[in-house]
Amino acid sequence: MFKRIDQDNRPRVQILVDGAALEARQGDTVSSALLASGRDVRRATAVSGAPRLPYCMMGVCFDCLVTIDGVGNRQGCLVPVADGMQIEIQKGKREIGR
Amino acid sequence: MHKDYDVAVVGGGLLGSAIAWGLGRLGKTVAVLDEGDIAKRASRANFALVWVQSKGLGMPAYTGWTVRASEGWGRLAAELKDQTGLDVALQQNGGFHLTLGEDEFAQRGQLVTRMHNQVGAADYRMEMLSASAVKKMLPLIGPEVSGGSFCPLDGHVNSLRTFRAFHTGMKLFGVDYLPERPVSAIARDGGEFRLSTPQGEIHAAKVVLAAGNANQTLAPMVGLFAPMEPTRGQIVVTERTVPFLPHPLTTVRQTDEGTVMIGDSREEQLDDRTVNHAVSAVMADRAQRMFPHLARLNVVRAWAGIRVMSRDGFPIYDQSERAPGAFVACCHSGVTLASNHAFDIARMVTAGTLDPDLVGAFSARRFGAATAPGPGTH
Repeated sequence: MFKRIDQDNRPRVQILVDGAALEARQGDTVSSALLASGRDVRRATAVSGAPRLPYCMMGVCFDCLVTIDGVGNRQGCLVPVADGMQIEIQKGKREIGR
Repeated sequence: MHKDYDVAVVGGGLLGSAIAWGLGRLGKTVAVLDEGDIAKRASRANFALVWVQSKGLGMPAYTGWTVRASEGWGRLAAELKDQTGLDVALQQNGGFHLTLGEDEFAQRGQLVTRMHNQVGAADYRMEMLSASAVKKMLPLIGPEVSGGSFCPLDGHVNSLRTFRAFHTGMKLFGVDYLPERPVSAIARDGGEFRLSTPQGEIHAAKVVLAAGNANQTLAPMVGLFAPMEPTRGQIVVTERTVPFLPHPLTTVRQTDEGTVMIGDSREEQLDDRTVNHAVSAVMADRAQRMFPHLARLNVVRAWAGIRVMSRDGFPIYDQSERAPGAFVACCHSGVTLASNHAFDIARMVTAGTLDPDLVGAFSARRFGAATAPGPGTH
């Protein structure tokens, strides 16, 4: 659905999504990297469990919530990727200890 | 003689709507006269406990009334579900009051002893538990928790959904909900009450004053007395998290939808538009000492609300001697007592007599000579 433009030659950054390696670009947010991956990165909402993807991409809608390096409910659209970053697609509510 | 309604209920909050729902359930024609959306409304600013422990110190009858409400809540939740399809998420598996440090534990123990020794109070099996006993039931408590009191009758509910269920149910019973109609005067004329509002007069055979702290100004209009002393309370709310707290506490509870509510502050000021962050900080600090995992959660809301509170903290239920058919009902615990209001008070209003065995102790006569004022005495 999303396709990177051909002229984008920013340096590669490797992140892990649910344990699987994913190549992102320096300057990507977590949400843009997830959307660009083409994988099924839908989270499940906290109350009804409805599937959701990042929507507003500017920190307002909270539909991009994701677990980053062990911390739940991070807004993926506001966090730039970093080499080795561990992403978990959050299914439901945040865990209490993370 | 034409009367518009059997009963006019003044106040459409949790207490007024519980009584109005109960009256509608009994087939009465009812009007609920309410303020608007911006009214100070404890129905939208409360902690949602269905709470028994420590209620009634100094008034044993309040203990019995509270236990009765706790026991009636299951039926209320079931009837609301049947009628409206709304699940109010009632959970009654016992609740805690946790203590931090040995001094608090000793103080709480003394309170439990005083409650047990009170003559005439219903026994609701409140007991002190050691920290290790608490930990078996609440595994995530932190090392500073010294123990706490537990009462098996305690519980909680989704109070916002309960409020909505009462309003949905009222409509289904044919109750007329009339917002933007604060009552400015009540006259009794030829056996009916005439209530003045900005949108005209409402006529009813009976009137129930259920307007929270505003009862103080409404009650004298019909020869009743309702001395109120409201206070302010604050709440901190976290983001949703997976269920971790199997029992509600007096100061911390996890809602059915996953948020954690923290709070039990009491302030004298009555402006609910701001939050005192110093107070929120103390509440949040105590909560995370009870449950260290909470420290990682984000706070998503903090708010203040005004408590409905009579001068001595106990409910007031009265019928006017000067104007029979005029009732007043006010209480702090509009969530806990909702079942009594929906079933018992509605039945008593319908019968025209407050049952002295159940609510006789809650007459405002307990406040002394000022209880039966003539017009204009205060």
